[in-house]
Amino acid sequence: MPLLEIKNLRTSIGKREILKGVNLTIEAGTTHVIMGPNGSGKSTLSNVIVGNPLYQVSEGEILFKGKNLVEMTPDIRANEGVFMAFQNPVEVEGVSYASFLKQALNAKRAYLNLPPLDAMHFLKHIKMRAEALNISNDLLKRFLNVGFSGGEKKRMETLQMAVLEPDFCILDELDSGLDVDALKEVSVGVNLMKEKQRAFLLITHYEKLLEYVKPDFVHILKDGRLVQSGGKELADKVYKEGFGVFE
Amino acid sequence: MSKEEFISKIKRLSEEKYQYGFASDIDSNTAPKGLSEDIIRFISAQKKEPEWLLERRLKAYRHWLTLEEPHHWGKISYPPIDYQDIYYYASPKKQNAPKSLDEVDPDLLEAYKKLGIPLKEQEVLAGVAVDAVFDSVSVATTYKDRLKKMGIIFCSMGEAVQEYPELIKEYMGTVVPYMDNYFACLNSAVFSDGTFVYIPKGVRSPMDLSSYFRMNTKKAGQFERTLIVADEDSYVSYLEGCTAPQRDENQLHGAVVEIVVKDRAEVKYSTVQNWFPGDKNGQGGIYNFVTKRGVCFDDAKLSWTQVETGSAITWKYPSCVLKGDRSRGEFYSVALTNNYQQADTGTKMIHLGKETSSLIISKGISAGNSNSTYRGLVRFSKNAKNAKNSSKCDSLLIGNKCGAHTVPVFEDASKTAVLEHEATTSKISEDQLFYLEQRGLTEEQATALIVNGFCKEVMQKLPMEFAVEAVSLIGLTLEGSVG
Repeated sequence: MPLLEIKNLRTSIGKREILKGVNLTIEAGTTHVIMGPNGSGKSTLSNVIVGNPLYQVSEGEILFKGKNLVEMTPDIRANEGVFMAFQNPVEVEGVSYASFLKQALNAKRAYLNLPPLDAMHFLKHIKMRAEALNISNDLLKRFLNVGFSGGEKKRMETLQMAVLEPDFCILDELDSGLDVDALKEVSVGVNLMKEKQRAFLLITHYEKLLEYVKPDFVHILKDGRLVQSGGKELADKVYKEGFGVFE
Repeated sequence: MSKEEFISKIKRLSEEKYQYGFASDIDSNTAPKGLSEDIIRFISAQKKEPEWLLERRLKAYRHWLTLEEPHHWGKISYPPIDYQDIYYYASPKKQNAPKSLDEVDPDLLEAYKKLGIPLKEQEVLAGVAVDAVFDSVSVATTYKDRLKKMGIIFCSMGEAVQEYPELIKEYMGTVVPYMDNYFACLNSAVFSDGTFVYIPKGVRSPMDLSSYFRMNTKKAGQFERTLIVADEDSYVSYLEGCTAPQRDENQLHGAVVEIVVKDRAEVKYSTVQNWFPGDKNGQGGIYNFVTKRGVCFDDAKLSWTQVETGSAITWKYPSCVLKGDRSRGEFYSVALTNNYQQADTGTKMIHLGKETSSLIISKGISAGNSNSTYRGLVRFSKNAKNAKNSSKCDSLLIGNKCGAHTVPVFEDASKTAVLEHEATTSKISEDQLFYLEQRGLTEEQATALIVNGFCKEVMQKLPMEFAVEAVSLIGLTLEGSVG
């Protein structure tokens, strides 16, 4: 069974149809990239998979490990193992990053019928991962994303991913707002997470990221449809010729 | 009320004879329903009070009869209360002045346990001395001996009247006089029990003093009276926590808290209030009409911290009278309302002395169909030269059917006051909720997390053991507020 199978997915915001029948199969252990011009529906696709209530699915299925995500609330999808690194992570005043992470991790553990981690084990759990990602303790003590730079926010998204250990990770415009050094650092984090039971879906309109995170498959999304799929060479084609050549 | 109605009411009430023959009911230690001079005499006799105290009660009662119930005041409205349909005195049965916890009725201990107040464990673990008020009579007091050695008095009001009558006579009613307001006046007439704290000169209380109040007997209006006197250069932190089991009928709670903070002394008073708020349709719940006030002498400091999540109606304004020069008052408040709850709360900072200062931080959260109002008065008298106040009032709305209101009033007769005031109103954003839900939190958990973050500034003022309880309370109170 594929890890994720999207079948004839149609979605709209209000009356406007954005995705017009998307089909996509993702196997565990693979990395996929969706590229496309602005407004092609890339962000819609990622938001629909994680269940953002702003988007309505009018037709189709999103099967994750055989279960239809469309019928689940966002928190259940998350606890089933679907994660999205946000393009613009939100700020929450008064909530420390560490306590938020602890609550998220223990929510997932509760869903999996595991006992909650106590403070000591939790600290060990995050400390190890923060060190691997070269993230300083100070960020964990601060309020959730409040006053973080763009690069800090993105790096912390990868830390969340490492802490929660999801099976399917969507990286929505992970590269936006990052300089090359920050991009490298974030990519290291992603590559550390690559494992055979896990798959990645990268959303980008910029091929730089792909130098650091090597994709197995590249898909071109245009006007709500996947118009072409292939290997890394498709990304090179976009780089050289733009999206105009894809119909 | 017209003058004729008024007179007839007084007549009716004063002529009303006690109709249940409570002499035969004395075994149950419960006065029959209703309010009259006879009932007050009964309460006073039960408590073996001195004559002067009975006279004070009767004086308050007679004054109360002339007052009109303020049942449409501020943002609060409620149907008139039938004061003849309330029990004014009830004590748990088998109550025989237990000398230790072992002598306490096991059923009572069980009830406390269900409320998460395991006295026995608390005694050992928390290092908190507890004066537990079950209905109207204290049944257990811990750590008293240790405190006693330092000269600290921490006991029930009933006991204090017997043991320290001169202190009670000297201070009771000096901060909140019986004619202060309708409910304080009623309390002065019928107060059942409560807590008395005295910290001698130069003594710092080695532990937080804590009093848990609980209402149990059906229709037992509770009228606690708390008096804290911190003598010169002393310090005490006092915790008040409240729980009540679910009830269908409204219960009136009209407590009075008076605090005297002498020169250079400091008192911290923290409250977590989670009485039954009524069901989700607005049926039942506690009416929490409380008068809390402290007076600060030279260089004294009083800080009120409150987390109000319970009660159908909360109506209270813990206040500081900054009488002494350079005295300071602080007020930190979280008021969270859900369903059909109403909260009208805030503070009064009355600056009388020179260079007095005050700080107000209020966080109001409204969900469901509820209404939350911050109402504050900061007054600088003519002599309060170079005084200052800083106020910050934030409101957070959850959903579209609730309301949040901010009514700050500033009066400056000193012409030298420095004022800073800041107020915000916000809503929880869809983006924030979705982000947290994507990390596996339910909508309710996500909401509670955001709300707790919003309240952080106040929550961190609470003593540790209270803070933990308060955080989970916020989550509990928000149940059913979303979705």
